Amino acid sequence: MSTTTDPRSAASLRENDPATTSAPSAGAKRVGGLANWVDERTGAGSGMAFLLKKIFPDHWSFMLGEIAMYSMIICLLTGAFLTFWFVPSAGQIVYDGSYLPLKGVTMSEAYRSTVAISFDVRGGLLIRQIHHWAALMFIVAVTVHMLRVYFTGAFRKPREINWVIGTILSMLALVEGFAGYSLPDDLLSGTGLRAAEGFMRSIPIVGSYVSYMMFDGPFPGEAIIPRLFTVHVLLLPAILVGLFTAHIVLVFVHKHTQFPGPGRTEHNVVGFPLMPVYTAKAGGFFFMVFGVTALISALVMINPIWAYGPYDPSPVTAGSQPDWYMGFADGALRLLPGFLEFVAFDRTWSFNVFIGAILLIPVIFTIAGAYPFLERWVTGDTREHHLLDRPRNAPVRTGLGMMAISSYFILFLASGNDLMAIKLHLSINDLTRSFQVGFFVVPPLVFWVTKRICLSLQRHDREKVLHGRESGTIIRTAEGKFFEKHDEIDEFARWSLVQHEAHEPIAVGSGTDANGVASPAARSERARARLSHFYFKDRVDPVTPAELAAAHHHGEHEAIEATPETAGPVEIMDSRRGGADRESIRRAPESEL
Amino acid sequence: MSNHSTTSGHESTSADQGRAGTDVVRLDDGHHVGAGGLPERFEDPGLPPHVHRLADRDPVAASRAERQVATMFGVSMLATLVFIVAYFAIDYTQGVFIPGIGSTNLLNVVLGVSMGVSLFGIGAGAVHWAKTLMSDEEVVEERHPMRSSDEARAKAVHLIQAGGEQAQFGRRPVLKYSLGGALGLFALPFVLQVAGSLGNPTKATAGLAQTIWDIHPLPDGTPGHPIRLFRDPEMTPIKASDVTIGSVFHVMPETLKDSQHVLEDKAKAAVLLMRLHPSQFDSGPRGQKTQSWGHEGIVAYSKICTHVGCPVGLYEQQTHHLLCPCHQSTFDVTKDCEVIFGPAKRSLAQLKITVDDAGYLVAPEGFHEPVGPSYWER
Repeated sequence: MSTTTDPRSAASLRENDPATTSAPSAGAKRVGGLANWVDERTGAGSGMAFLLKKIFPDHWSFMLGEIAMYSMIICLLTGAFLTFWFVPSAGQIVYDGSYLPLKGVTMSEAYRSTVAISFDVRGGLLIRQIHHWAALMFIVAVTVHMLRVYFTGAFRKPREINWVIGTILSMLALVEGFAGYSLPDDLLSGTGLRAAEGFMRSIPIVGSYVSYMMFDGPFPGEAIIPRLFTVHVLLLPAILVGLFTAHIVLVFVHKHTQFPGPGRTEHNVVGFPLMPVYTAKAGGFFFMVFGVTALISALVMINPIWAYGPYDPSPVTAGSQPDWYMGFADGALRLLPGFLEFVAFDRTWSFNVFIGAILLIPVIFTIAGAYPFLERWVTGDTREHHLLDRPRNAPVRTGLGMMAISSYFILFLASGNDLMAIKLHLSINDLTRSFQVGFFVVPPLVFWVTKRICLSLQRHDREKVLHGRESGTIIRTAEGKFFEKHDEIDEFARWSLVQHEAHEPIAVGSGTDANGVASPAARSERARARLSHFYFKDRVDPVTPAELAAAHHHGEHEAIEATPETAGPVEIMDSRRGGADRESIRRAPESEL
Repeated sequence: MSNHSTTSGHESTSADQGRAGTDVVRLDDGHHVGAGGLPERFEDPGLPPHVHRLADRDPVAASRAERQVATMFGVSMLATLVFIVAYFAIDYTQGVFIPGIGSTNLLNVVLGVSMGVSLFGIGAGAVHWAKTLMSDEEVVEERHPMRSSDEARAKAVHLIQAGGEQAQFGRRPVLKYSLGGALGLFALPFVLQVAGSLGNPTKATAGLAQTIWDIHPLPDGTPGHPIRLFRDPEMTPIKASDVTIGSVFHVMPETLKDSQHVLEDKAKAAVLLMRLHPSQFDSGPRGQKTQSWGHEGIVAYSKICTHVGCPVGLYEQQTHHLLCPCHQSTFDVTKDCEVIFGPAKRSLAQLKITVDDAGYLVAPEGFHEPVGPSYWER
């Protein structure tokens, strides 16, 4: 249990390494002098000592959040560069730059300056493309990081606040992306803004006022580009950076979660210190992410606004789509049927637009933000959790997550229904109808399948602990019987498979108080019991030492260790059978003992 | 804190197994069973024995790793130099063909690749350094519950209470409520200033309903002239005889030429003009209305989608359907552009047209309903 009372010191573990006891160099002395100067004025030394020996556990999935962080930094850097040349104005001028196809075309200053960044500023196109690619990568990384946190249960106490901060961050990232995407004022992004104006109008009661306020009059107006610019480069980045700072400070305060494993408990964190290992790894990883972004930006063209032309409300291109992260909302708009708009009380209620364009995103993120509190209420678990769940050990949570992902994907695919119809030679009407039906049918199916897969994987874990790993070696006994030799797994590998606890559903109370009167509190308790039943009625308990001993006792152990000469009871194993069912089919060897 | 951070090791051997009940157990760490045979749950075996890396044991491997790291840093420096040279040397109009990517701008490719390699080299070198040469001995740090100690809590509560008492919050409720009121209200001017000055919303209802197809009476009180239909973007008038069956025209009103707000007016005034054979219209009342508002099978409809306002830019000549490229709302021209598929609810607005004395198409009156996306008051 106690992994921190190891008597051996660090030095004894590194006995084959030479000790470093040489006198400090002149350079080190100079650095020391500077450090002394700063510390005497700020007392930064103790904070430094605290930070630099912080331990971070190692796992590839912990890099997802890092990718998000670095992409954000890349966006901040390249974005600052872009502001040197970008002109946030919708004022109309006639183009007279170096890109010949646009010569003489009337366009906004925002569009002209973006074309100039692409053609007249040396390396400007590269910076623009890095900015766009990094923004896309930021939202991908944020999303996948969020999924990692969800599926491993890292949002549990004490990290609920950080989960909520994270959901706000990821929602703001969408808005920030959309604002930036709209700034060049090209035909595609302008069509996006045109739709956004339609979205605002759909808001009941205040819709037309909101539209006129945002655009300072009729669409498109000259106000929206400079306003979005301020939102994109000042307002949202300030909020994003502030929330991100809180996010990362809380990671330090909580200490990072770790995956379960031998020696890793709820009371420790096993890994490597910030200095030097994580400084090198995480710092190096920043450069790798930046490098890969630069390579992609060098080789893969993104958002060639000069090919789209400046915004004009009259023309439009087929296959108009937003950037990928807005795809799901666009897909929802394509799927919501027109009959959701109606006239009542002499007023127009545009729910066909309002639901998908205005409600969807806040509702999704509210549900996401509320999830830890729902799960905590169901489990009634008030303990701190620093060991992550393996997703299979939380089948309902994993199922719900996959269900959410499948809903998202159906909406996302629906936003490409026109392109799919063209490329796959399908009817767009059939595709749209299929997605409409699929949105209600597929997610519950995905939930059920995922939950079953999780339970099967848990049974497989039991199987592995009880009867060992399939070695692939087939053994023939003296009597001519065949069986596969199973290797018993060692205690370290076993611990990872048995360390978790399986929740039991809470019992439903009587629903009445001492006097037999139905109480309101009891109703909430009943709801909680029902949910708890939903979460935990199907469960697979981890193997206990007694079960393992029984499995060995039942002759399994002999079968594992058996050699052809000494093998007594043998059989052909069916490793796919569940651990719990195992006892009955093991009866025969037992009788032979 | 240093006593909490110790280097790990393999600390409980398999001989420790099964001695549950003799250990000191933590009560907040799940359930434990007492002595008497097998424990209820397995015991954590502790960290597995550490396996040294090649570079830990073999100085040759270590110096090889050192060379590898230095090479990666070297490649990074080289790539940086390439970037600087390319920045000055390459003409930015020069194109290049790259198999699998196509023709692209040479300067962008060289700058991006060299910058990418320069950055990646530093990163890869640092990570390789960490993985081969820096200590890979896992270190254990103790966690502490997030909750502050009871003393710290009591102290904080005491400070707040004492502070409140010193400020005489409890004794002088007038102060409490007046401060609350002031703090509750002070943000209102800021909200009012922004919300009130962003745009004038009182014009919205009227503004959304108007287009430059609307005909206003002349100053002397006589009714205004009908407005000619012009080709978009050429801005030339359209003769009815030019519109052959099956053709489609993008149309703007003649009044756009005098517009002070070109984009805003265009955004509402865009019209599509199509000519169908009279027999192709639906025989029901909707088809008849369509025809009667047109001229010999030439009909004009607002191009602004009634869903969220994209231009309904795709006309299927064979089926006489108009398709919006944004969300695929489909309108049937033979039936007064009613929605036959997709998320839109309302038909596109029809513009009544006729011909003037010179044979040009004109609109004698504006739209009868607001064009474009729905809104509350329409």
